[in-house]
Amino acid sequence: MALEIPKVSYSGKIREIVLGKGDKAITVGGGTSYPFYLFEGQMPLKPRIAMEVYDSPPDDWAPTALEPFADVAGDPVAWAKKCIDTYGAEMIALQLVSTDPNGENRSAEEAAALTKKVAEAVDVPLIVWGCNNAEKDTEVLKKIAEDCAGRSLMIGPVTEANYKQVGAVAIGYEHTVIASTPIDINLAKQLNILLGNLGVPDGRILIDPTTGALGYGLEYGYSVMERIRMAALTQEDERLQFPMVCNLGKEVWKTKEAKQSRDEAPKLGDPAKRGVLMEAITAQLVLAAGADILIMRHPESIALIQDMLNDLLAA
Amino acid sequence: MALSGIEIFKKLPKKNCGECGVPTCLAFAMKLATGQAELVACPYVSDDVRAAIDEASAPPIRTLTIGAGDRAVKLGGETVMFRHEKRLENPPGLALVLSDTMDDSVVNEKLSKFKYLEFERVGLILRPQMLALKEESGDAGKFAAFVKRVIDQMDAAIILMSDRPEVISEALKVSKDKKPLIYAATNDTAEAMGSLAKESACPLAVKGSGLDEVMAITDKLLGMGLKDLVIDSQPVNVKKALEDQVVIRRSALVKKVKQLGFSTITFPGQLTDNKMKETLIASLLIAKYAGVIVLSEMEGHNVFPLLLASLNIYTDPQRPMAVEEKVYEIGGPREDSPVLITSNFSLTYFIVSGEVESSRIPAWLLIKDTEGLSVLTAWAAGKFAADTVAVFIKKCGIADRVKHRKLVIPGYLAGMSGELEEELPDWQILVGPREAAHLSAYLKQWSA
Repeated sequence: MALEIPKVSYSGKIREIVLGKGDKAITVGGGTSYPFYLFEGQMPLKPRIAMEVYDSPPDDWAPTALEPFADVAGDPVAWAKKCIDTYGAEMIALQLVSTDPNGENRSAEEAAALTKKVAEAVDVPLIVWGCNNAEKDTEVLKKIAEDCAGRSLMIGPVTEANYKQVGAVAIGYEHTVIASTPIDINLAKQLNILLGNLGVPDGRILIDPTTGALGYGLEYGYSVMERIRMAALTQEDERLQFPMVCNLGKEVWKTKEAKQSRDEAPKLGDPAKRGVLMEAITAQLVLAAGADILIMRHPESIALIQDMLNDLLAA
Repeated sequence: MALSGIEIFKKLPKKNCGECGVPTCLAFAMKLATGQAELVACPYVSDDVRAAIDEASAPPIRTLTIGAGDRAVKLGGETVMFRHEKRLENPPGLALVLSDTMDDSVVNEKLSKFKYLEFERVGLILRPQMLALKEESGDAGKFAAFVKRVIDQMDAAIILMSDRPEVISEALKVSKDKKPLIYAATNDTAEAMGSLAKESACPLAVKGSGLDEVMAITDKLLGMGLKDLVIDSQPVNVKKALEDQVVIRRSALVKKVKQLGFSTITFPGQLTDNKMKETLIASLLIAKYAGVIVLSEMEGHNVFPLLLASLNIYTDPQRPMAVEEKVYEIGGPREDSPVLITSNFSLTYFIVSGEVESSRIPAWLLIKDTEGLSVLTAWAAGKFAADTVAVFIKKCGIADRVKHRKLVIPGYLAGMSGELEEELPDWQILVGPREAAHLSAYLKQWSA
């Protein structure tokens, strides 16, 4: 008895986007089927992982997450280099948390100076992520775009509130924008349309659908991502045919269960393995929903995901 | 796949006698199609037509239950490929494998851990439900004794694992009342295993190398009159495991391939020796349609994240998860600790309580029933209005537990603070941050 596999006929394709420049530039996207459904389509470019680097020393990290970076935690340049040299990072994501007006409120000038230092020190593609305060991010990302002109950074989150200002500098100084919307396919499409109207080239847009951690709303982003992929591939919705970025490391590692010690949560097993698994499972699930770029923290979760990617994409 | 009213109508006697309680056959067919009437109400429909309509209106993936009692696992009944299309119905059963060659002490330790791994979340109990008992001793008597010992000790849905019908036969004598899943019928043993399943009325797993072989076996078993089947396609790698799951689900839903209209059983441990990776493969199988996932190890650090994944993926997207309306104590609050109020949307609760917890400032978190709506939506829908909030504050008893009278409301609801002060004249209303992420900084500068 031979089964004829009922195949989906895909009419769309995810746009290929080049990240960074030079020898270490990476291309993502290009998928022509639901993620890893290689029996009916292609996924010529594998999803990539950017390792997190923070602009100020973390003060409340789980010991297991801090341990690999304890010696570089106060020095973003050394931190980024360690990610590349020791852990083989193929991309870096600089998280500018200290610019938050509700926190340290560091200035745009400081953030730009630091970003420039990191950008000069690494040759892999660099993502620069603001503090999620639209007003402050506008100021910070504008300054960074200008000071790092021509370095082809990926800058975000670019939202409905600041896309004009940030989009304009991204066009002018040749950066890629990470278009960020709050877990909503229609808003995601709308922002991509607006960025297109503004003149941001299609080769320089990435979608951030907003990612929740495992156990903390993961399913909302998961379904929006599945819907985005469905629209992009089967309904030829060309304003949704962009690669997706999931900034998941910081979401997972701030949850209670990723941080609790064995004494605090005896039922939850080995705290180190638990944290790593929570991050890796979150990553695995968003990959299944369509992520092309993952921003992650722990070297062990990253290694596990690389292993899974190799298996899932094996010839 | 359900039939449409018109399709059902074509099969009815078209007498329009009205004896079913509905004036015409067409109206009756429409009621049947929407589940508002049952076919037995028609005295004239033939047995053949009844069978045809029953079969056509059965879900494309057979629903079945493994086990009896508290930890029985219901599988199947799925109708969609993607959760946003409706919802995924029955989360996979997680099974721990135990062998009859393990030392008693090892088995006891694993069982007590299995029992201990139980977590409460959003009012639900999350726990693994299944034990996969594996015959490796080659001794039918020994295996049956092992099965008996385990079921006497632990309430769980059981999977009996052996390729030999005579071994399964012995084990069923001591366990068939527990409705175990028999694993598995192969090409060579289909008839013998099929007979055992039929006599004992227990569900039966089918093991074949690849889907073509699986279909040949299920076809044979369907021919024997068996219905409660579960499929194992024995994928050789992770990529193939994903493909098989997708193809099985899609064939059943889209093509109505009846030989594949069943839940699946999977063994991520057969695809890797690395326990961490086994957990990751399991998480992918949770998202992609597995019915039973057999694990080689169960520890808090792998079972808890998998249960969360299952909870997330199988949550009904049309019905927001809600937590109970009450006063939550975070970090052992005292009479001078801050009092905060928010909605009972589970995500709001998790994020707010998580931020309060990580601030290390003990606090009272008042969760008001907003029918699972988030703060702004609840406010817009009138579920977080000043008058109802005031009623809740008065009846929840917080006034007896704190000395001060300061209530922190979500920043997005700043507009209602005046109204709330009128409703609660004893209380001072403070406007908190808009985003939970800023709670930590806010609480650190808070003083009674």
